[in-house]
Amino acid sequence: MTRRQRRFSLIGAALGVLALAVALVLSALKDSIVFFNSPTEVVEKHVKPGTRMRIGGLVKEGSVSRGEGLAVRFEVTDGKRTVPVAYQGLLPDLFREGQGVVAEGALDSTGTFRADSVLAKHDETYMPKDVADALKKQGHWKDDYEKKLGATPGGRTQ
Amino acid sequence: MMIAEFGHYALVLALALALVQASVPMIGARKDDPALMAVAGPTAVGQFCFVAIAFAALMTCYVRSDFSIVNVFENSHSAKPLVYKLSGVWGNHEGSMLLWVLILSVFGALVALFGGNLPARLKANVLAVQSSIAVAFILFILVTSNPFLRIVNAPLEGRDLNPILQDPGLAIHPPLLYLGYVGLSISFSFAIAALIDGRIDAAWARWVRPWTLLAWMFLTLGIAMGSYWAYYTLGWGGWWFWDPVENASFMPWLAATALLHSALVMEKRDALKVWTILLAILAFSLSLIGTFLVRSGVLTSVHAFATDPTRGVFILAILVLFIGGSLALFALRAPLLKQGGLFAPLSREGALVLNNLFLVSACATVFIGTLYPLALEALTGEKISVGAPFFNATFAPLFIPLLIAVPFGPLLAWKRGDLLGVAQRLVGAAGIAVITMAVVFAMEGGGPILVPFAIGLAFYVMAGALTDIVERTGLLKVPFATAFARARGLPRSAWGAAFAHFGLGITLLGIIGETQWSLERIAELKPGQTISVRRYELQFDGVTTRQGPNYRDLAAHFTVRRHGDFIGVMEPSKRSFPSRGTATSQTALMTRGVSQLYLSLGDPNADGSLAVRLYYKPLVLLIWFGPVVMVVGGALSLSDRRLRVGAPKGARSKAALSPAE
Repeated sequence: MTRRQRRFSLIGAALGVLALAVALVLSALKDSIVFFNSPTEVVEKHVKPGTRMRIGGLVKEGSVSRGEGLAVRFEVTDGKRTVPVAYQGLLPDLFREGQGVVAEGALDSTGTFRADSVLAKHDETYMPKDVADALKKQGHWKDDYEKKLGATPGGRTQ
Repeated sequence: MMIAEFGHYALVLALALALVQASVPMIGARKDDPALMAVAGPTAVGQFCFVAIAFAALMTCYVRSDFSIVNVFENSHSAKPLVYKLSGVWGNHEGSMLLWVLILSVFGALVALFGGNLPARLKANVLAVQSSIAVAFILFILVTSNPFLRIVNAPLEGRDLNPILQDPGLAIHPPLLYLGYVGLSISFSFAIAALIDGRIDAAWARWVRPWTLLAWMFLTLGIAMGSYWAYYTLGWGGWWFWDPVENASFMPWLAATALLHSALVMEKRDALKVWTILLAILAFSLSLIGTFLVRSGVLTSVHAFATDPTRGVFILAILVLFIGGSLALFALRAPLLKQGGLFAPLSREGALVLNNLFLVSACATVFIGTLYPLALEALTGEKISVGAPFFNATFAPLFIPLLIAVPFGPLLAWKRGDLLGVAQRLVGAAGIAVITMAVVFAMEGGGPILVPFAIGLAFYVMAGALTDIVERTGLLKVPFATAFARARGLPRSAWGAAFAHFGLGITLLGIIGETQWSLERIAELKPGQTISVRRYELQFDGVTTRQGPNYRDLAAHFTVRRHGDFIGVMEPSKRSFPSRGTATSQTALMTRGVSQLYLSLGDPNADGSLAVRLYYKPLVLLIWFGPVVMVVGGALSLSDRRLRVGAPKGARSKAALSPAE
């Protein structure tokens, strides 16, 4: 093989692998991404039943009710709108009323979100609000907390 | 009482030393002034000492539960066990950045202390570049993330560490990961030094490879450890989530693995120089991007990043400066580097190029999957999640050809290889694979064909890894004693490659076993009721409460029987931490060979029943045993005389280097 042929085969192999990677990425991006919506967006966008998506927000106070065999219902709110969620299974440790939550699944025909997985949003610097206020009074305050609260997707109450 | 101020002051001094170290030696190297170049060594050691003092000061504040320090108040509690007071130092943003800088300075000091046989000019440049990274990050800590800030009126009690982090995993995982992440800074500094100097030779690769190998070993262990920690702590039995934080550590690992292999070509054959330099830059750049992703808050929400941008913008500036700067330098200088060693496409070099192509492409798909959602949200406001389906669809197809090629690499000759000959030598390995496939297929009784294929692939990789060793020792042909003697005589690096590749096969086997054959049972149990999976039957005996140092434990007791015979007890628990008002699940694990029973608790119901989740996880321990074997391979390779850090090099390499003196 001449030097040129060698170089050509190397570049060919590189382009081949690259093309494969690009094709894989493009097809996967088309098929396997899931959109994330807040309850307000779910209502306003009129998302079709059966479309897989994630919704995020706070678990509405007093909305959690448990049924037979690990069935649980709760409502997710972003302060403006709420979406009822039905789920069957164990809830994560950090799942609690008033806390951030992300659920993945799809709407059914009645407008209930059928979740097949529920994640509680948590963060290494979670702080109860009264502690935060106390800290503020002391004149020592890092904006961290608000930032982190904003981090819970639905926590951005407008 | 002044310990925090003392630590703060030490950090400022470290910054001053770092500034000296980043500038003076480089000027010395330019002017060819030995005295100025010699400044690098002592300042590197001094910088390490001062950062270590700062770190020790913060640790002391934690041990003493000095809640007048904001950082301690926010992340510690007086009743917390000592081990979590110590590890809590890096269980938060500020402390973990300090650990980052500490490890950066450790590596700088190691180069200063063990780099005695480095050409003075290279050493000066390497340490100067290394220190410029330190300048950026110490400045970052002092300006945006000072862990030594005080509260005016000290609270009596701290807010405690996030309960999820109160686990031995926190003591081990971040330091290991950072040793890996930050360790890649050394190969980066070497690459930049080579570009500044405009010269590079095979001896350069001989120095870079052990450092990369060391960082790679820590990174491998760190990722595996983190995966196991997530597995037992999160309570749903997952061990890898393609979460951006995980990807942030996985991308540098892929790049470092590629770098290890290309440095091999450079060392042995003096080829792929430019590519190796580029990989060294990319590997550390990915570490920096990982630090940015994890530490800027950009992951939790792009909006959070926009509302409090100080930290994020600072790290982003560091990113742009170092990645942009190094790539610009690369573009300017790389054409000056002379290309060496020709090779045919079918050769060991060719195989290593193929390895690099696949690893880098796989890394690129992970990169896109991790950053695309962030870019999309920043640009259009649309939120998407790119999860496991994306990565399974892109990463797996790129890794399968790589795995098929793995056993070929070490068997191909340098320069020009004989593919057919190698294929013939791998007939044994392929045979083992086919037999395994047939056995698995028969056992499964149909089912997806992919499972037997993947198991066969794992066995092929493992058998293929041993083929070279078996052939070179003549294990199956000569008496065992002779083979043993020959095995001892083989170069350690050959053993290293065999172990590392074997470990890859082990991990693959574990991954397939866990993902394909894992069984899940969920139930609500009252005392006396049972739940069963496979041949195992678990009886719920009741709950008891225990008081821990800073938590209350609600433990459930289960008696485990196999075919009716008692084999042990499992006691998962729910731990509630009053200081944070949060709870964690403590999973109970029972190891059976390399498989595990996995039991975690849900919430207790009003009627006295308890929700439980039980898994049978076949072969699951192999997932983490594989990386351990890989690291043993790395250690063997590192102990090879040729590579030993600081060991006298052969006459040839000395001669090759002398012009640089």
